[in-house]
Amino acid sequence: MSSSKSFNEINEKIAKGEAVVLTAEEFKQMAKNSSPKEMAKKVDVVTTGTFGPMCSSGAFINLGHPQPPIRMEKVSLNDVPVCSGVAAVDAYIGATEVCPTNEKYGGAHIIEELIAGKDVILKATGKGTDCYPRKEIETRINKDTVNEFFMFNPRNAYQNYAAAVNTTHKIKYTYMGSLLPNLGNMTYSTSGELSPLLNDPEFRTIGIGTRIFLGGTEGFVSWNGTQFNTSKPKNEYGIPTSNAATLAVIGNAKNMSTQFVRAAYFEKYGVSIFIGIGIPIPVLDEDIAHRLCILNKNIETNIVDYGNPEHPALGKVNYEQLQSGLVTFNGKEIRTAPLSSIFKAREIATILKDWILRKEFMLNQPVQPFPVNSSVKPLIIR
Amino acid sequence: MKKRYFLSFPANTVTEPIIYNLVKKFDIPVSILKADINPGNEGNLLVEMTGENQALEPAISYLESQHIKCVSVLKRVHLKKDSCVHCGACTAVCFSEALTMDKKSWKLKFFAENCVACGLCIKACPLGLFEMDFLE
Repeated sequence: MSSSKSFNEINEKIAKGEAVVLTAEEFKQMAKNSSPKEMAKKVDVVTTGTFGPMCSSGAFINLGHPQPPIRMEKVSLNDVPVCSGVAAVDAYIGATEVCPTNEKYGGAHIIEELIAGKDVILKATGKGTDCYPRKEIETRINKDTVNEFFMFNPRNAYQNYAAAVNTTHKIKYTYMGSLLPNLGNMTYSTSGELSPLLNDPEFRTIGIGTRIFLGGTEGFVSWNGTQFNTSKPKNEYGIPTSNAATLAVIGNAKNMSTQFVRAAYFEKYGVSIFIGIGIPIPVLDEDIAHRLCILNKNIETNIVDYGNPEHPALGKVNYEQLQSGLVTFNGKEIRTAPLSSIFKAREIATILKDWILRKEFMLNQPVQPFPVNSSVKPLIIR
Repeated sequence: MKKRYFLSFPANTVTEPIIYNLVKKFDIPVSILKADINPGNEGNLLVEMTGENQALEPAISYLESQHIKCVSVLKRVHLKKDSCVHCGACTAVCFSEALTMDKKSWKLKFFAENCVACGLCIKACPLGLFEMDFLE
């Protein structure tokens, strides 16, 4: 008798209120006393979560046509330029776009303020055409006055990421936070054993079309993320030991919450955005249960020197060591600090579990798997 | 007990051996946490003094007699806790361990009494939730 389950069978159990749903941490706790085979029988869905700075994010917005209409060719929201090279009144708010008069304010703040229901000032100009005669407009908009406002993030939820240090004699301000000189600290930005793509490292259940938690509402995996990389070295547990796979995700920003989408500014780096993502993993069979048993001590990552422009890898560390707060490296004890909120990641995994238990969230079988052989090209200057 | 003070020096006091006098005349251990002293200009010093109130009071009186403004800075760094997402970025730079992560809840803990007001957390917080309060 086959011990595997299908997406449909699990969805039927969810609909009947019979599904056993655990967060990734609860699953790992329970798995201490049960084999993967037993776990596959006992548990139907495991929820994962992550909440960290994800620069490659943004939102499409359709501003609506005024009368007389305008072909918006240059657009700003609260003086932050947005990409308007998409038809007359569509625009893309890039999260890392910066206000020319305030380097600490940018696209991420616009997205957060719109999600919060606040008004922002729209300024747009166009050359004026026969069909779009208006040449300029200035008005206020909010998420209720516009047509569509949906988040579309090209690269989120990195499957692992480097731990950052600084070997120079000067403090370095980076997207990995403030790195103190002479290996004064080490930062990391993955929720470890709670992280979605570390619990399904070969994407057996996550693919294009997967329904997910995105920013406080439901969203979808829309594509493999940019810089999707399956060719990174893996450790004995099948986990890539540096930044590897990524997700492109989409969801209705009008329904999102600022609890799970927060604008950020990293000193001397720039604007970024914290995004909350949760992914349910159906426990289809013993192999998936085995993958879900992965623990922080088995997830390794490279220690990378952000003081050196070439970012060389200096060694390896695992997430049990990173989360302990102190790592011994080259004979020196280095304090560690996360940049990705484990508190929020847990909250997301728990909310997603509750949605499924309340029958409000069904699982989607991917309509297409991710690429199996993918690497990242550098930009060659020629 | 340890107390922190923000000392503001008028331009004509900067050359006085203030710290020497605190140690020699008042027998007070002094740690300098931050200094911005430029002879001929106004200066600022952030110090931590160890001693009971009755020992510290004459020292403070001495400083004030030298026209040095002394402001207690016990709670100088203010965190807008309600907006915190508990990412932990601030803990990366907090040497005095005023900011630490609770390893069970993974929430940020702020022990104001450990704060040496170095100010590194202000730049480290990606949400800009720390502020310096000089008026305490």
